Amino acid sequence: MAEQSPVSTNGRAGGDDASNGVLEQLSDDQLRWIYLIMRRIRRFEETAEEAFRAAKMRGALHFYIGEEATATGVCAALDEGDFITSTHRGHGHCIAKGARMDKMMAELFGRTTGYCGGKGGSMHIADIELGNLGANGIVGAGIPIATGAALGSKLRKDGKVTVAFFGDGAGPTGAFHEGVNVAATMNLPAVFVCENNQYGMATHADFANAAAIHNRGPAYGIPSASIDGNDLFEVYATAKTAIDRARRGEGPTLIEARTYRHKGHTVLDQKNYRTKEEIAEWVARDPIERFVRAVNESERLDEDDFQAIDGQIEREIEHAVAFAEASPWPTVDVIERDVYVE
Amino acid sequence: MAVSTSQASAPETATREIFMSEALREAIDEEMTRDPTVFVVGEEVGVWGGAYAVTQGMLEKWGPDRIVDTPIAEAAIAGLGIGAALTGSRPIAEFMYSDFMGIAMDQIVNQAAKNRYMFGGKAKLPLTYRAPFGAGTGNAAQHTQSLEAWFAHVPGLKVITASTPYDAKGLLKSAIREDNVVIMFEHKAIYAMRGHVPEGEYLVPIGVADVKREGDDVSVITYARQTHHALEAAEQLAAEGISVEVVDIRSLYPLDTDTILRSVRKTHRAVVLYEAVRFGGFGAEIASQIQELAFDDLDAPVLRVGAAHAPVPFSEPLEVASFPDTAQVVEAIRQSLQGVY
Ligand SMILES: Cc1ncc(C[n+]2csc(CCOP(=O)(O)OP(=O)(O)O)c2C)c(N)n1
Ligand SMILES: [Mg+2]
Repeated sequence: MAEQSPVSTNGRAGGDDASNGVLEQLSDDQLRWIYLIMRRIRRFEETAEEAFRAAKMRGALHFYIGEEATATGVCAALDEGDFITSTHRGHGHCIAKGARMDKMMAELFGRTTGYCGGKGGSMHIADIELGNLGANGIVGAGIPIATGAALGSKLRKDGKVTVAFFGDGAGPTGAFHEGVNVAATMNLPAVFVCENNQYGMATHADFANAAAIHNRGPAYGIPSASIDGNDLFEVYATAKTAIDRARRGEGPTLIEARTYRHKGHTVLDQKNYRTKEEIAEWVARDPIERFVRAVNESERLDEDDFQAIDGQIEREIEHAVAFAEASPWPTVDVIERDVYVE
Repeated sequence: MAVSTSQASAPETATREIFMSEALREAIDEEMTRDPTVFVVGEEVGVWGGAYAVTQGMLEKWGPDRIVDTPIAEAAIAGLGIGAALTGSRPIAEFMYSDFMGIAMDQIVNQAAKNRYMFGGKAKLPLTYRAPFGAGTGNAAQHTQSLEAWFAHVPGLKVITASTPYDAKGLLKSAIREDNVVIMFEHKAIYAMRGHVPEGEYLVPIGVADVKREGDDVSVITYARQTHHALEAAEQLAAEGISVEVVDIRSLYPLDTDTILRSVRKTHRAVVLYEAVRFGGFGAEIASQIQELAFDDLDAPVLRVGAAHAPVPFSEPLEVASFPDTAQVVEAIRQSLQGVY
């Protein structure tokens, strides 16, 4: 699959656990890493939700639970120095790009030890050193920024690729059109990954987008793919092809990954715009469970491997919460600091 | 119909208390009933009921031709308002957060504000933009700004904001009936504030300030949520025998300079209070008008109280300290009285 052109038309039905040979291309260490990242995302957010409900944090929390395979599969195909831009629903991208959960948790708690010293919160975590150019409170805004990062790489000839993650809700924005069109005209090393989780708040993706997002590739003269975003292997293979292509200087690719958020739009969302049946249907296509099933069938990792990783994550989570809670609150003298380089 | 400029002059018989969000909904609902060309357009105004519940239940009542949900497309939302207004409709276009108006800036500033003038007075834009603003919600730098000065600076736009449910309803109704582009900024922290709103119809005219509390020693000139901090400060200082007058301007453009000057000529001291970044904020315009037109009446320099020179920080202790609270207003009033700066 990795050898295929990324221009594919939805060849694999959702719920298919077979990896079509992709699993075999991944090392045991890669498989362990993938499981580690997906489970970290899930456990980080479950823990953050508990803390929010216990009134230990405030603001808006947008959970990525159910979409883990997309960020993880894409980031598994990136090199360490590559860049991403993220969204308001950014915890998954952040963790998949290698972020530390203790510093993330501390940021959600608003403490000095957080990624942004408490100034950004959940919606603005960035780790420039890891290549994460930031979560974003403005829908679509990461897309032109990714195009800019890709232009910088082209001009500096640093061989890096930038991935822009964005939702189906960003499809209608001007930023999407301008960012993707410019990247295509300049043949930039960018990959545009739409996480179509079916909704932007209560608005269905098909209501918001006059034509499917993946169908816009031809309009910009770039390859595009429509894939099952809950199939880790399909995400990885498609992203790998697109990233390799970008790195070779052959220009951007547009990928639309179909997925679903198990939770509400924010932690506070209790509205009924989705049916129980629909939610149950997608929970049954849980990307982590599907990955585990496929790996189990291949007999590449065993129960001990998974348990060891689960144990590691629980220790990390425990540490992250303790670290966040023990960390100091910022003091008011920092309010006007970091606005400019001094 | 009663045209009243002050909550104090509302009909005595009505004692009904409702939320600011309900008051706004009533304004929209009544104007939609009155004029079939009025419609609402914006993100999540329908199925969701508005991010701050202002249009809750309205899709069910009015249907999708009057309550129009859009994709995430702020430039288009601003433009939909302009195009529909130019051709005979009377749109109410909602931005989910005023921060997102940045995406629509060309449509608002270069198009909506200027069409009539550029076309030699031939065009008419009966258009209302609504936008939640303000901090205190823990939503960090891109969802909490107070950008009203940007818009008050642009000829062709009227800019209003309310501190009470009463004013909110009356002002929004006036805005909808205006044949000009009016931007109504709604402070998020007071959508859930309850206040007296009479049953019957009334309007609050645009361009008329309201003295929310009378006093003799210092005038606090303010608007929106900060009006409540000013009123709390006035209450605290009354215990010490200090008499504070609170002027809620309600309208940034047109600005009711007469009411502001009348107050300052009485108290001889002015504190201008606003929640936007202090530097270059709308309070600078108010302060400037006062010193130009009432210099000889002043016993102290006009003081400004505003937000820190920074984006709004996420962490609670930083956020609450970044914009004015009652204690800061009290402090500024004392400074004005003591002439110590
Ligand atoms: C420019 C802009 N408009 C509106 C919003 C408010 N908003 C935040 S998230 C969201 C829905 C986004 O949907 P989508 O892009 O599909 O991402 P998802 O939440 O589904 O992950 C909206 C309307 C915003 N943050 N930015
Ligand atoms: Mg979505």
